[in-house]
Amino acid sequence: MNILFKSILLVCLFNLLAACVSLRGTGDLGVVIERATGSVQIVETTNATILKRVENLGDLSHASIVYSRDQRYAYVFGRDGGLSKIDILKGNIDHRIIQSGNSIGGAISQDGKLVAVSNYKPGGVKVFDSNTLDLVADIPAVYGDGKQLSKVVGLVDAPGQRFVFSLYDAGEIWLADLSQGKTEITRFKNIGRQPYDGLITPDGRYYIAGLFGEDGLAVLDLWHPEKGVNRILDDYGRGSKKMPVYKMPHLEGWAMTEDYAFLPAVGRNEVLVVNRRNWKQLASISVHGQPVFVMARPDGRQVWVNFAYPRNDTVQVIDTEQLQITKTLKPGKAVLHMEFTPRGEHVWVSARDEGKVTVYDTDSFNAIATLPMTKPSGIFFTSRAHRIGL
Amino acid sequence: MVSRNAGKLRQHLLIVLLLLFYYSAFTTDVYADDFPMISKQRRIELHNLLIQDCGSCHGMTMKGGLGPALTPEVLKNKSRQMIEVAILQGRPGTPMPPWNILLSKDEVRWLVDTLYSGITP
Repeated sequence: MNILFKSILLVCLFNLLAACVSLRGTGDLGVVIERATGSVQIVETTNATILKRVENLGDLSHASIVYSRDQRYAYVFGRDGGLSKIDILKGNIDHRIIQSGNSIGGAISQDGKLVAVSNYKPGGVKVFDSNTLDLVADIPAVYGDGKQLSKVVGLVDAPGQRFVFSLYDAGEIWLADLSQGKTEITRFKNIGRQPYDGLITPDGRYYIAGLFGEDGLAVLDLWHPEKGVNRILDDYGRGSKKMPVYKMPHLEGWAMTEDYAFLPAVGRNEVLVVNRRNWKQLASISVHGQPVFVMARPDGRQVWVNFAYPRNDTVQVIDTEQLQITKTLKPGKAVLHMEFTPRGEHVWVSARDEGKVTVYDTDSFNAIATLPMTKPSGIFFTSRAHRIGL
Repeated sequence: MVSRNAGKLRQHLLIVLLLLFYYSAFTTDVYADDFPMISKQRRIELHNLLIQDCGSCHGMTMKGGLGPALTPEVLKNKSRQMIEVAILQGRPGTPMPPWNILLSKDEVRWLVDTLYSGITP
């Protein structure tokens, strides 16, 4: 009896020890923003479960995340200027600073050593050491007579240790080169009125800014910045009718397959199909509402679309070969974001006002898991760590 | 005799009126304000809309973002009517869309009232 007891105790102790030193990777982890409570949920995608909640992250009403290249740390950019570095293995805040009064997004450099944040107030970009969050560079977005500061949007990383971003109030695109240990800025003026968001193509070559104040898109070829900013898709935008837009489409969600780019139309219930070689529109697909995110499954065979208020309870799937809607799903009220698992067998869909994230099998369209969360919004998996512009 | 009865009647009436008034305070909606046309359920929806959807541009604490701050301190120097018109008709040249397609005038007045008194998320 005594021996049995002792051996049980020993096994227990061993288990405890094993639990303490058990190792795991982070390649199947992710973070979901709970926008209303200033918290995030650390999740894992292999079994589709919640691991841990992290709180006290401030105003997360338009929060986004980038990952360190070792995929251990998530940098959370909050609306209130908060920059938080979360250790997703330990499930706690490693470091947190308030770096401005009002910010909108961020990016991590090619080498992973710099984290940049774009700010509304005071308008500009601040660059931090990704390890310590010490300030490395401060780039005020001055324009006009030099006294005004512009809100900065569409900040992305580009190859060559560069960051690219747009000045909403000034109508400019700036290219910041930090490769030489100092900050060298190239300014592109008069690129169009009110750029509201930007994206970089997955190969890191083209930076594209969407314009709120006029139709068309501004494009900067980063292989040839000396050629300046050009215009593509002159009809892209709200057109002459100026339909009301209740939620501006996100450009980061632009789906690119080998031949086509799928773009959310602005103010119209359409997804536009564009030839990637010459940027000419090939087709438009009628969809359920005004599209917000138009995202390609990693293999490019499907494009998933969510919609603006008030038609935001639905997600539609477009077959990229037939250019037709093949599935309409109703994940619930206020679908805000979608994220594919690294190779696309599942997609996670957040429904803010339902308080849940639904995980769908992208082949059968069956819901394979439902995870309760508080007002979930953005979903970010660690596979983003190794993709340019994310 | 007649005048005494009339006096009693008046007294009765007063009591009845007072009682009615007293009961009405309890029997009407808890929101005894300028918006009897907006149900409790709709108020919850509008409050959610204000914080979550308006909050996407104006910040969930209404301290501003792409759109301007809409805190009581900022609003106190602005005309209510101007704010109502901005919501109903949108603001041309800015991303602010017209909400008159989706919301009634009363609902917009209720939203503006809520903004002026300050929202609690």
